Amino acid sequence: MHSFGYRANALLTFAVTILAFICAIASFSDNFSNQTPSAQIQILNINWFQKQPHGNDEVSLTLNITADLQSLFTWNTKQVFAFVAAEYKTSKNSLNQVSLWDAIIPEKEQANFWIQISNKYRFIDQGHNLRGKEFNLTLHWHVMPKTGKMFADKIVMSGYRLPNAYR
Amino acid sequence: MGYIGETIDSIKSIQIRQLLTQAISLGMIVTSALIIWKALMCVTGSESPVVVVLSGSMEPGFKRGDILFLHMSKDPIRAGEIVVFNVDGRDIPIVHRVIKVHERDNTGEVDVLTKGDNNYGDDRLLYAEGQQWLHRHHIMGRAVGFLPYVGWVTIIMTEKPIIKYILIGALGLLVITSKD
Repeated sequence: MHSFGYRANALLTFAVTILAFICAIASFSDNFSNQTPSAQIQILNINWFQKQPHGNDEVSLTLNITADLQSLFTWNTKQVFAFVAAEYKTSKNSLNQVSLWDAIIPEKEQANFWIQISNKYRFIDQGHNLRGKEFNLTLHWHVMPKTGKMFADKIVMSGYRLPNAYR
Repeated sequence: MGYIGETIDSIKSIQIRQLLTQAISLGMIVTSALIIWKALMCVTGSESPVVVVLSGSMEPGFKRGDILFLHMSKDPIRAGEIVVFNVDGRDIPIVHRVIKVHERDNTGEVDVLTKGDNNYGDDRLLYAEGQQWLHRHHIMGRAVGFLPYVGWVTIIMTEKPIIKYILIGALGLLVITSKD
């Protein structure tokens, strides 16, 4: 009952149980953080808007994105993954979500940012329905913890509209 | 030297009833592990409720050797979710993020495009020949939580199977020679 093997086994089991317990509590503590993120997106320019040879509309935009995501960071946060998606409805599809830009924010200090870029991923429709289309730009974020449960949420900004003609 | 002598003595003194009892308790342990695994499959609704991250395509969020907890529900698939999917013809599941969603109005079917956070381009190169989009039946689950480093055990056992055999051999020896 007191051999080395038994003692090592008991110690190891206890250590693993405590470790799992600590990970669970760390994750649970994330529920209590007060989160007040804010963001604003402006479309500075429609660079071009064409119907591609394969029949689908494509548009290139320059966006100005301002956001303050510092309140999302807790002591259990490893990084925040933020991305901007254009969401719109067409006659064939009840929902289309196209990601235009994303970024990995590893630290709290980098979470208050202002960036002006053209879309990182191509904004291509399934079809040619984008002329005059109204769409929402939504900033989504995904909080990835050091251990435990991941949280995701978003801010929806509506009222954006594509031009009525190709250019 | 004394330890080897003790081991040989204990092997010689095994009785059939004791051996059977030990075999049954070993069987009980293995089957209760299987029951827990199957129950997890039921609760999470996914075929494999826990996966190990094998590549660095989602760094720095998920590193090789982390394990992910999956959950699959009937909720529609939306952009930003981290999904685990199987490509037709390949058996290794891939864990990447959804970046484009096109959902049909009438049937509710959905076209999904994924990309690893650390990859430059999207996953069309990984899909099967001629496939542009993923559909719901490819997706095995959404990642909802994760634990770091725990998956290294599985990676080591898969890549160096000799360690698996050594471990099982040692376990078997321990069972046979233990006094209770």
